[in-house]
Amino acid sequence: MPQANAKVDKEAAPAAAEPAPIELTINGETFRHTGAPDMPLLWYLRDVLRLTGSKFGCGVGQCGACTVHVGGKAQRSCLVPMSALSGQAVTTIEGLANGDDLHAVQQAWIEEDVPQCGYCQAGQIMAAVDLLKRKAQPSDADIGQLTNLCRCGTYPRIRKAVKRAAQLMAEAKANEAKSADARTRMHDGKPGEAKS
Amino acid sequence: MSGLTRRQFISVMLSASGALVVGVRSAAASVTPQVPMDLLGEPLTSLGAFVRVERNNRIVIGARGCEIGQGVITSLPMLIAEELDADWNRVRVEQLPYGYEVGPDGPTNRYGPQGAGGSTSITDGWKDLRQAGAVARWLLVEAAAQHWQLPHERLDTEAGHVVHPDGTRLPYAELVERAAGILPPAEPVPLKKPAQFRVIGKPARTIDARAIVTGRATFGIDSYLGGALVAVMKRCPHLDGSVESVDDAETRKVAGVREVFVIDGPVPGSSFDTNLAAGVAVVADNTWAALKGRNALKVNWKPGPWAEESAAKLEAQAAEALKGDGTVVRSDGDMAAARKAAKRTLEARYQVPFLAHATMEPPHALIKLEPDRALFIGALQNPDGASSVIADLTGLPREKIEIRMTRAGGGFGRRLENDYVAEAVMIAKKAGKPIKLFWTRDDDLAHDFYRPYGLHQLSATLDRKNQVTGFAHLCAATSMNYRIARKKERPPGAGCLEADDFPAGLVPNLDKRFFSLESGLPRGPWRAPLHTFHAFAVQSFIDEIAVETKQDAVDLRLKLLGEARELDYSGHGGPKFDTGRLAAVLTRCADAIDWKRKRTDGRGVGIACHFTFGGYAAHAFEVSVDGRDLRIHRAICVVDVGRVVNPLGVDAMMVGGTIDGISTALNLAITLKDGQVQQSSFGDYPIGRMAQMPNEVEVIVLPSENEPSGAGEMGIPSVAPALANAIYAATTVRVRKLPILPELGRRL
Repeated sequence: MPQANAKVDKEAAPAAAEPAPIELTINGETFRHTGAPDMPLLWYLRDVLRLTGSKFGCGVGQCGACTVHVGGKAQRSCLVPMSALSGQAVTTIEGLANGDDLHAVQQAWIEEDVPQCGYCQAGQIMAAVDLLKRKAQPSDADIGQLTNLCRCGTYPRIRKAVKRAAQLMAEAKANEAKSADARTRMHDGKPGEAKS
Repeated sequence: MSGLTRRQFISVMLSASGALVVGVRSAAASVTPQVPMDLLGEPLTSLGAFVRVERNNRIVIGARGCEIGQGVITSLPMLIAEELDADWNRVRVEQLPYGYEVGPDGPTNRYGPQGAGGSTSITDGWKDLRQAGAVARWLLVEAAAQHWQLPHERLDTEAGHVVHPDGTRLPYAELVERAAGILPPAEPVPLKKPAQFRVIGKPARTIDARAIVTGRATFGIDSYLGGALVAVMKRCPHLDGSVESVDDAETRKVAGVREVFVIDGPVPGSSFDTNLAAGVAVVADNTWAALKGRNALKVNWKPGPWAEESAAKLEAQAAEALKGDGTVVRSDGDMAAARKAAKRTLEARYQVPFLAHATMEPPHALIKLEPDRALFIGALQNPDGASSVIADLTGLPREKIEIRMTRAGGGFGRRLENDYVAEAVMIAKKAGKPIKLFWTRDDDLAHDFYRPYGLHQLSATLDRKNQVTGFAHLCAATSMNYRIARKKERPPGAGCLEADDFPAGLVPNLDKRFFSLESGLPRGPWRAPLHTFHAFAVQSFIDEIAVETKQDAVDLRLKLLGEARELDYSGHGGPKFDTGRLAAVLTRCADAIDWKRKRTDGRGVGIACHFTFGGYAAHAFEVSVDGRDLRIHRAICVVDVGRVVNPLGVDAMMVGGTIDGISTALNLAITLKDGQVQQSSFGDYPIGRMAQMPNEVEVIVLPSENEPSGAGEMGIPSVAPALANAIYAATTVRVRKLPILPELGRRL
C-alpha cells in the first residue's frame, strides 16, 4: 500500500510509464494522483489519503455511505473514478467543518443525538448539506428525498436534525444580515463601506 | 512516569464471573504490551481497571463493551461515573481493549464481560461497573479522610471532588496518588440509592458524537497498519462447495496485486470454527487493486452437497415435517382432549424467511501475526471468541493475542461469529504478511450466519364462550444451532421456539413442538433472535382469534394475561415473566394510538406486544394501503425495560428497533436457489429508506423501579405482527408470510 503522506503525494513526480497525473483539490488542498485512473474516489480517499470518514457500504452507489461533494454537489464517491476528477474540488466529511467550528448540520446531528453505530452518518450529513443548499427550508417530502441507507434506523432523528440544521442556518443568516446591516448604518448607509 | 512506575497501585479487577477481584500489583508489571501506552499517558493516575484521573481533574473512564450502535460506549461509563461521582460533562471515555489475562487462578478478563449479545451489557454493568465506580470513589474519600484526619463517613463527594464538612472541596486529581496506595475494602461498597442518582436516568448524548460527525471516529474498516496488504476473497457461492480450478493469469496482471491463492473451506458438516467458505484470496497493495484482481479471476467451483437446495424445496420440506411428531418443547394439560372438547378450533400457518444481518460496515479484519504474538484490530461483538479463534489457528497463547475493538458499523448478531477473523488469520499465515481483510456487500449477503427460516403452525381451541382453552405452536425450522460447536448440547429448537413465551402458563392446555429442517445455510442469532422469529406468528394469530370470535384484540390479550403476576420463565431474560408489565405496555400503547376510535378513512390500526430478554414492549401502527402503496401514518412503541440508565439511548434503541423491524418485515428475505444465496446487493435485499418509513416513532418508556433489562433488542419483535395486524384492519388481507410487501402485492 502506498504510504502516501499527502505532502509527499502532492510533490511526487509521475514516472514516465505511469498514466498522466490527475490533479484535484480535496478539502482545499491540492493533490496529484498518479495511480490507477479508474480507482474510485472512495478508495483514493481511504487507502491513499487515509481520509476514512467516507465509508464503504455497497460499492455500487446504492447506500450513500461514501457521499462526498464534488464541485459542491453530493456524489457517491464509490462511483466516481479519479479520471473524472481532474481540476475538480472535492469536499469530504473531514473538510466540512471550519476548523473547530462545526457545520450547522454536524452541530444539529450532535444536538439531536442522531448516530447509533455512526457508520452511515458521514454520508448522511454530506447528503443533508447538499439538500439544504438546494432547499433552505425542506419539507418532510424533501427530506424523504434523501436516499442514504441507515441500518440502525436513525431516520426519524435524521429528519429532526435536518430541520434543526435548517433553523440554525436560517438564524446564522439572519444574524449575519443584522450585523451587516448594523455595519452599514455605522457607515452612514453607504453599502460600499459595509465590508470594511 | 517515574512516580507511577515506582509506586504501587491498586488494581480493581473483575473476574470473568463478574465477581470483584481486588489485588495489589506493581505498576511496572502492568506496563506490558497488553496495555496500550495511550492508557498510561504521563499526567494521570489509574485507579482500578476503568478509572484514570488526569492532573487537570479530568476523569477518564474506560468503556469495556463492544460498541455496535447500542450505545454502550456511553451508557456503561455512565454507571461508573454515577458511583464515582464524576462530573459527566467533563468525563472523557476511551475504548478498552479485550482484557484477557492469566491470573493466579487461571484465565480471567480484567474488565469483566465485554461481548455484545442478548442485551446483557447494562444488566451486567448494573452489577459490577457501579461497584467498580463505588470502590474508586471509596478510595478517593479514604485518601481525603487521611489527608484531613477525619472519619471517612463525614466526607461527601460531588462532581469530581471530595467535600469537607466545612464545604472545602478537594479535586480527585489531588487525592488520586494517595488513593492508589490504599487497600480497597474487603467487602463490596454500598451503592447509591436511586434518589441520589445524578447521572443514571439523565439523558446523555453519544459520547463520541463529535468524532462521528467529523469523520474522525475510527471503525474497524478504517484501521490500517504499516506493511499490511489488502485481501479480498472470491468465495464459493455454493453451500459447502469447493474450488475446482483457478485461472489467475489476468488477476496477476493487475498492477498492485501481490498474491493469489486458494483458501479451503470448512469440511462439509463440520462445525463452523474457522471460515465460512472456500475461495480464492487476492492480496494486493490497496483495495481497488484487490477488487480489480478479484474481478479478473476465473474460478470453476465444485458444488457441494446442497446443490439442489431451494426456497421452494424448503417450504415443501417444512409442510411435510409438520406431519410428524416433532420434539416437545413444552406441554401443559391435554391439548388432544382440548381439541376434542372444543366448540371451535382455529388454525393458521405463518412463514418467516432467512435474514442476513447486512451490517452497514461489512465484516473485515486487520491482523498482524508474529512468531510470538498477534495483533487484531476490528469491529467485534465477541472478542472472547475472536481471541480463541486466533489462538486455535496460530497456536499462540491467548495472553499473547492483543485485540483492539473499534466502534462497529452495526452488529445485529453478525459479529458474534468470528469466521471473518479466522479467514484473515488463514490468509495472513499464507501471505506471511499483515492482512487487512475486506468484504464487499455481495460477500456479506452471500456468506452470513442467517436468521433461521421457519414455518409456524398455530392452533387455538375455543369453548362455547370463545375462551381460549388450548394453544398449540408447532414450529418447523432450520435450527439456529446448526454446526455451532458451542451450541451442540442445546436442544434443536433452542433459538427458534421458547418454551415459556406467551401464552405459555396462560392457557390450561398447551402443546409446543419443534420440527427440525435440513438446510446447508449457516444460521445464527439475528437481533432478538427467536423473538423476531416467532412473535410474528403468535401475535398475528392472537389477532386472528380476536377477529374470528369478534373480540377486541387488546381485550383478548389482556384477558389471556389475566391478573398481574410473575410466571416462571426458563429462557434468556428470565427467571420471571411479569404478566402485569406486559399488560401495562399494551394498555398504554392502545391508549396512545387511540385504539378504540373507529377509523373510517381507509386506515387500519394494529397492535402487538412481546416479552424479550427481560424487557416488555408493545407496538401499534396506523396504516393505509393504496394500491400497492403502504403508508404508515403513526408508529408507537411503548416499553418497560426496567430502570433506564440513559433515556436518550433507550429512545434511540426503540426508534431504531421499530424502523429496523418495519424495514425487515416489509421487504427482507434471503432465499436459496440451486444451493446458492440469490441476494447480492441492497437492490435485492432492500433495507428501508427514509421515504418508506414513518416520519416519527412515538416512543413511550414506562417508568420502572425494576432492575434494568438492557434495551437493544426489545424494540423489534412486536413490530412485524403489529404491522400485519394493521394491514388486516385496513384491508382485511391477512399477511401470514414475511416479508409483507411481496406477499401483499400477490394477495391484493
